[in-house]
Amino acid sequence: MPKSARILVAVAALLMCAGFVLPLWRVDLVAPQYPEGLGMLIRVNTVVGVKEQDLNSINNLNHYIGMKRIEPDAIPELKYMPAILGVLVVSALGVAALGKRGVLSAWTAAFGAVLAAGLYDYWKWGYEYGHDLDVETAIIKIPDMTYQPPLIGSKQLLNFTATSWPASGGWLLVIATALVAVAVWQSYRRAPISPDRVA
Amino acid sequence: MATFPKFRTLAGAGVIASAALLAFACAKRPSSGGLISADAAKAVYVAPGQYDEFYAFMSGGFNGQIGVYGLPSGRRLKTIPVFSQYPENGYGYSEETKPMLNTSYGFVPWDDTHHPALSQTNGEDDGRWLFINANNTPRIARIDLTRFETEEILEIPNAGGNHGSPYITQNSEYVMSATRFSVPVPNSDVPISDFKKRFKGQISFIRADQPGKMAIAFQMIVPGFNYDLARAGKGPSNGWVFFSMYNTEQANSLLEVNASQNDKDFVAAVNWKAIEGCAKAGKTKNVAASYVHNFTDEFTRVAKSETVTSVPQFEAKDCPGAIYFLPTPKSPHGADVDPTGEYIVAGGKLASVIPVHSFSKMIKAIEAKAFEGNIDGIPVLKYDATLAGEVKNPGLGPLHTEFDGKGYAYTSFFISSEVVKWKLGTWEVVDRVPTYYSVGHLMIPGGGTMKPNAKYMVAMDKITKDRYLPTGPELTQSAQLYDISGDKMKLLLDFPTEGEPHYAQAIEAKKIKDKQIKFFKLADSKAPHVSRSEKETGISREGKKVHVRMTAIRSHFSPDNIEGVQVGDTVLFHVTNLEQDWDVPHGFAVMGATNGELLIMPGETRTLQWTPKKPGVYPMYCTDFCSALHQEMQGYVRVSPAGSSVALSGVTSRGPQSLPKAEAGPKQQQ
Ligand SMILES: [Cu+2]
Repeated sequence: MPKSARILVAVAALLMCAGFVLPLWRVDLVAPQYPEGLGMLIRVNTVVGVKEQDLNSINNLNHYIGMKRIEPDAIPELKYMPAILGVLVVSALGVAALGKRGVLSAWTAAFGAVLAAGLYDYWKWGYEYGHDLDVETAIIKIPDMTYQPPLIGSKQLLNFTATSWPASGGWLLVIATALVAVAVWQSYRRAPISPDRVA
Repeated sequence: MATFPKFRTLAGAGVIASAALLAFACAKRPSSGGLISADAAKAVYVAPGQYDEFYAFMSGGFNGQIGVYGLPSGRRLKTIPVFSQYPENGYGYSEETKPMLNTSYGFVPWDDTHHPALSQTNGEDDGRWLFINANNTPRIARIDLTRFETEEILEIPNAGGNHGSPYITQNSEYVMSATRFSVPVPNSDVPISDFKKRFKGQISFIRADQPGKMAIAFQMIVPGFNYDLARAGKGPSNGWVFFSMYNTEQANSLLEVNASQNDKDFVAAVNWKAIEGCAKAGKTKNVAASYVHNFTDEFTRVAKSETVTSVPQFEAKDCPGAIYFLPTPKSPHGADVDPTGEYIVAGGKLASVIPVHSFSKMIKAIEAKAFEGNIDGIPVLKYDATLAGEVKNPGLGPLHTEFDGKGYAYTSFFISSEVVKWKLGTWEVVDRVPTYYSVGHLMIPGGGTMKPNAKYMVAMDKITKDRYLPTGPELTQSAQLYDISGDKMKLLLDFPTEGEPHYAQAIEAKKIKDKQIKFFKLADSKAPHVSRSEKETGISREGKKVHVRMTAIRSHFSPDNIEGVQVGDTVLFHVTNLEQDWDVPHGFAVMGATNGELLIMPGETRTLQWTPKKPGVYPMYCTDFCSALHQEMQGYVRVSPAGSSVALSGVTSRGPQSLPKAEAGPKQQQ
């Protein structure tokens, strides 16, 4: 790996650290009754309201459609996501320290798989909340209507426009991913000439 | 009493009275179409979804409330109940708010509000609180402008008619109270004809800058005149307050004639900094009295009423330098201090000039002892020694003056029904506009402070004949909005108001709008009967009292069906609104309740007392359209005959069951 690629991977690792403090994803809900909006922030280990009471308000509104309450303590992913992120950060630093192109490739593949699994899990989480409705207690029942929030982008759910988008920590992860991609590209572009020989 | 010459001018009064009639005859209604320019509509148009630039707080006069309006649109935003019960939100009906209306005479459900005063910092409106007086049963209230609720009320002892109130000092140290009716001090059974001997006036300074701690700092006993309005000094005159007064004749009947005899009455200049010195030097005595202090605890949201048993009091003559009398023509109403703090403008209701006193001349006159006599030891200064100038032939019946901070004053004229703009220093009239009709006070945002924001002026009219669709014998009173940004005053808008818009205050919206509390945090609630969740609800019996702790959330009560109540019981519904969201109040009403409803803000607990008289089943429901299923937000209370064996029970979402017992008394606070 060229030195620049090793630096890029190290920087990517540091950016990923931001995921411990900054929110990864954000869901905004706007309705005629809520022009100021309600919102949720998904952090590596919890889900919180954008404003202090937003999550509580969203849960209270969701009782109309029979949706389960979003209780961060009951979501298993939030328990082990910090560990996964920790392993990714430490291993990325290891990749940068070793400077081996092959290790980088393997790590990148693993990193991609984790990101893909994470997004799939998030989609599935939304699917379950949106579909697994308690028809016994639901007050508003619309045949065939489900309430899955979009993975990315906007969607109308009854009177609410739901918008889902990466939050600051999520964007830093996107940048980290881009940096890793550049590092891979640099490593392979310079492949014919080993850095040792140039020196 | 007075040792200065008196002139009797009955003839003069006759001339003014006939001039007044002439003025009324001449004030033929000009077609408003001719007066209003096409731009007026644009100037007051606030597009749907847009905000007004100013909040205006207009006293409700005899409705005892405050109306909140937006300017320039004149749109009504809210009614804040202060001294009157308010069925719309249960103020004065719920157990938590009833103590706010307690007085030394017991529960008083009504009063008459006149003069709102915004709190100030460095002579500028700061938007923290609003104070207002109760005229009839003398009190001053503090309204918190983060929640637009009355949070504190202090009764004023030894007062009769709290009219000269609650003017405020430039850093909100004090609000004032001056008595309109002099009364025996302490009040006692004396012949009214003993007025001159036994009746006294009082001027009180109330510590205002600490919420929940309003208290009379000192009360000065003054001669038995009628004290009317006031304004605190500012800048160089900070430390002084100027009070107008009438009836220096000390008449006690048929005042309209008997109190209009003296050619001059007074403006009283009161030096509160000197009085603070006297108080520190021990010249005030704690005199026995009985008056109440009511305030709402921030965390329980429950009002408490405490009786205060003494007042720090002194006689004016015992604190030399505390007060001087400035002779002022004919029954002055307003005593208004300009933004520089130099001029004190008096509006002599029957005077043919507007006299203006100079603060700096007054100080020199005091130093030079330019006195023409004294009354009960209070020095009376020579008229010429304090006079800065007179506005000649301004109109009929000058009442009240505010300022634009650009060197001009605006005075309302009740009899000639107009506002007159004149220049400070030259005393010349530069413009006049008619009002429709009989303007009392006028108001410029910040017009009584050191920093007026003089885009608009509002005239508050007592008579509106032919201005609006008629509504039977009683017609609306109204406010009129004028553009005063240019040389000429321009009428922009008439808008009807609630009650009597006696006086008002207005403030830039930006100083208030972002500080609003949106809900009360349930987690912080220390309400004695709070249920923080449906699990904490319960019913319990304590002799003949049944406590029902309930919750309200979109769209159900918990419990919603209650059984086991008996005729002869008093039921206390302690309803907690579990919402933690902006603008989601729930209401609560039960059939046949003889007091009122509850309107419970999010996170708040309110209690309705109900004494059912007959066995039966009584519906209860939410009165505030809270949600799509608001109509489903209902329940029943079953009332059985006394001695019935029906057990106390309620139905919750956990199913029909006997609820856990609510603790009988208030819950222990952690
Ligand atoms: Cu409701």
